[in-house]
This record gives sequence, C-alpha cells and structure tokens, in this order.
Amino acid sequence: MIEFRSVTKTYPDGTHAVADFDLVIPPHKTTVLVGSSGCGKTTLLRMINRMVDPTSGVIEIDGEPIQDRDAVKLRRSIGYVLQNGGLLPHHRVVDNVTTVLRLEGTSRRTARDRALELLDTVGLDRAIAERYPGQLSGGQQQRVGVARALAADPNILLMDEPFGAVDPIVRAELQTETLRLQQELNKTVVFVTHDVDEAFLLGDQVVILEKGAQVAQIGSPSEIIENPADEFVASFIGAERGARALHTKQTGRGTVLVDAGGRTQGVLVDSPGPEAPA
Amino acid sequence: MDLFAEAIAWIFSPERQTGSLPLSEAIWTHLAFTFVSVVVAAAIAVPLGWLIGHTGRGREVAVALSGAARAVPSFGLVLLLVLVLGVTHKVGAATTAFVLLAIPPVLAGAYSGVEAVDRRVVDGARSVGMTPTQVLRKVEVPLGLPLLIGGLRSATLQVVATVTLAGYVGSWGLGFYIVQGIQIRDFAQILGAALVIVVLAVVLDALFAVLERLVVPAGVSAGRARDT
Ligand SMILES: Nc1ncnc2c1ncn2[C@@H]1O[C@H](COP(=O)(O)OP(=O)(O)OP(=O)(O)O)[C@@H](O)[C@H]1O
Ligand SMILES: [Mg+2]
Repeated sequence: MIEFRSVTKTYPDGTHAVADFDLVIPPHKTTVLVGSSGCGKTTLLRMINRMVDPTSGVIEIDGEPIQDRDAVKLRRSIGYVLQNGGLLPHHRVVDNVTTVLRLEGTSRRTARDRALELLDTVGLDRAIAERYPGQLSGGQQQRVGVARALAADPNILLMDEPFGAVDPIVRAELQTETLRLQQELNKTVVFVTHDVDEAFLLGDQVVILEKGAQVAQIGSPSEIIENPADEFVASFIGAERGARALHTKQTGRGTVLVDAGGRTQGVLVDSPGPEAPA
Repeated sequence: MDLFAEAIAWIFSPERQTGSLPLSEAIWTHLAFTFVSVVVAAAIAVPLGWLIGHTGRGREVAVALSGAARAVPSFGLVLLLVLVLGVTHKVGAATTAFVLLAIPPVLAGAYSGVEAVDRRVVDGARSVGMTPTQVLRKVEVPLGLPLLIGGLRSATLQVVATVTLAGYVGSWGLGFYIVQGIQIRDFAQILGAALVIVVLAVVLDALFAVLERLVVPAGVSAGRARDT
C-alpha cells in the first residue's frame, strides 16, 4: 500500500506542482492518475521512488515513510517505466533489462536467463536481446522498458505515459498486454496518462486530477462514468457527448446503442455475457 | 620552390643523423614534451571536467578561466615561468606552460561530453537505482567520450605547435633548429624543421580522428546508422 498524506511539492522556481495531496493506493491493484498536461501527474509518480522529494507531507510504503529509506535502494526496489523508455543507448537490450539485477550483484549468467524470460513475458522475440535500443521500434523500446522495470520482480510498478509515443494500433496492443501482465503478475501498479479511455481501460482505481494535482474524483471506472462528481469530471471524461453518451435505437434486428455522433457502438443484450465482470 | 627543395634536402641529409642534436632525437623530445604535457593536463582537467559536467556546477568559472587562458600569449607564459621557476627548472617551466595551454580544451571536452548526454538517459539511469558515481562511470563517461577525445585532439595540436617554443629556452625539440636557423640565417633549416612539425601535427590529428571514431559507443553508432 502506498499512502500520500498532505503532500506538497513546490519546485525551486516557485511552481506549485502539487498542493496538499492525499491518496491511498491499494496493493495488487492498478491505480491510474489521469489529468491534462502539467497537472502534476509525473511529479506525483516520481515522488514515490524519490526521484522528486516532496516539499512537505509524508509518503509511506506499507506504513514506512520513504523519506527514511535510502533513495538508491528504494529505486532499485520499484519498477519505473519512463515515458520515452529512458534506455541506455550504449547497452544491448539484454544489458538494459538486467541493469538493476547487475547493480544488485546477480551473476551475469543468472541475470541473462532472467532477461530472456522477461523478453518472453513482454512479448518480444529473444533474438532482439543482442540489439541496441537505437535498432528497435518505439513500441519495442517501450516493451524493453517494461521488461527492465520488472527485472528485479518489484512489488510496485510505476508507469509514466508509457504508451504516449506509439501509434494507436501498437498502443491498443500494449494496453491489452498490460492488462494480461497485471493479471499474471499482480503488482501494485501506478499508471499515469492523460488519456481517459486508457485510464478507464486499465484502472481498478482511477484518480482524476486538476491543476496542482487537486483530486477531482476517485473511484472505479464504473463509479466515475455512472456518477461524475461535478461538471469538470463530466466534461473531462466526455460524459455528455462523444463515445460515452449512448442512446438506444430500435432496428429490425433488435436494440443497438448509438453515440452522439450517430455511430452505432454496440448491441444491447438482456444479461451480461460470460466475459463481463460479475 | 628552391627553398622548399633545400628544406626537404635538409631533412633527409645524412648530417641530420649526427651532430649535437640529431633529428630523430629532436622529434622524440618534441613528442615527449607534447605527450607529457597533454597527459598531465588530462590528469587535472578530465576529472574536473567530468565533475563539472555531472554536477552542472562551476561551469561559468571553467568557461571564464578557459577564455582567459586562451588570451595569454604562450611565448610570454613560457618566458614568465622560466623567470619565476628559475633557469635551473627550464624543463619544468616549459612543461608547466604547455600544460596550462592544454587544460582549457581538455576541460571543455570533458564537461561538454558529459553535458551533451541526453538528460532523459541520465534520468533513466538514476531512476533504476544507479548511484551518482555509477551514473557518471557507466553512462556519462562512455557516452561523452567522443567529445573528450575531441578536446584531447585540439589540446595535442596546440601543444605540438607550441612546444617549438622550448627551443628558445633550451636546445630541445624541433624548435631548436628554428631558433638556430634564425641566428645563422639558414632558411632551409627553418623551413625543414617547420615541415617536420607540420607532419607531426598531421599524423597526430589523423590518429585522433581514428580514435574519436573508435570510442563512439557501439549502440550509438548503430542507432545512427539506422537513422541515415
Ligand atoms: N523540474 C521542474 N522544475 C520546475 N517546474 C517543474 C519541474 N518539473 C515539473 N514542473 C512543473 O510542475 C507542474 C507539474 O508538472 P508534471 O511534470 O508533474 O506534470 P504532468 O501532469 O506530468 O504533465 P504532462 O502530462 O505534460 O507530463 C508543471 O507546471 C511543470 O511545468
Ligand atoms: Mg508527465
């Protein structure tokens, strides 16, 4: 469990990135921080692994304030996927993935085996292990970033707009894989995005943020869609228009759901199918 | 053209292998002064430059000092140091002057190399849990190496030319022939010695050009090759 208590961050230049922020992030669930650009998402995320230290307030992991922990050790115990991959361009893929293991003194051999397994886990061909990041596509680099973050088997995984730089198709693919991975690995994931659809797709708990990391609403995707806390949330998630405002339409084959633009989005059925959550 | 031919003849004359200062010995002394000066300058400026690049602190001071050092005339510096250190320490005085001359380019190469490393890469390295020393050693130094070699290259070229001044304070290096040639008005000797210095400079420059390529980290050149 990660807990923020009255956390404030003011950068040296006077920018109030985060003001009096409270949040409980439950274990083994995916929490998504979503909000528009500059609202303080990255700042919040980087405070969890002490890449940024709060100006005031306390952040605890499993009841222990992280301020008391050695920053370097803390970072090695938390997986972090950076927006741009942040891979080392002069190290081969396999060495990028094993960075943390090697820093922690795992033998080259063992680390290598683990890296190859991880490439399988994130859906990459083992053949790319000997390549350099510059020889990979953006999507492949992101997967390597995920493999690197998972290498030391951390309990916590931080992901900062990990799929922001790839095209929509690869993005959808990576989102699906993230869901699958989370089911397999059961980590505490903190995921940052400015894309509401991505937030609702991946999040067990979604936190909608306004400027200065003010919490507009916290809840499950259903809770937020069914009951937006205020005008801001409603317009942010596009509840009144677009893909999330659907109305029924009778056709010869039954009732279908149509969005505000008149495009048919689905078919209305009586009871949830076997795939749908209970 | 005559003078040029005479200069070439001077270089290859059998007399160059004998006499009070054989040509080969002059070349070696010349190179030794260059080598020692650049190595000492590197020992001082490389760690300092890395520190400046890594911490981002002290850059302004380094730039200002380098600028000031460049404005100091080398000949004046050599003579001043001989006066200050005394005529008995001529070698030390001359070397000190060359070291001072070599420091600014080496320093600039070291810190600009580290500074030029993509901040996102450094951020990634820190965020996986590298200590500041590990970030410097495993990321900033290897990625900044080509620019550092570039700094050593320009330092070496400056010093190899300036070591000629050692001929004024002692009978060392290729500069000695030039000083002597001026005294005895032997223009073939002056030009001959100058040509040898030029050849040394060109050869050193070529060696560094090769080295500069060799130290580009594999992944960086591989990535670049793909882009083009
Ligand atoms: N190192 C810094 N120094 C000064 N101001 C900063 C720094 N980092 C971030 N800020 C400012 O703090 C605010 C929050 O930034 P942050 O990066 O957390 O936003 P974000 O929600 O991640 O935005 P984006 O979606 O664009 O990534 C912004 O106004 C930003 O300009
Ligand atoms: Mg951000």
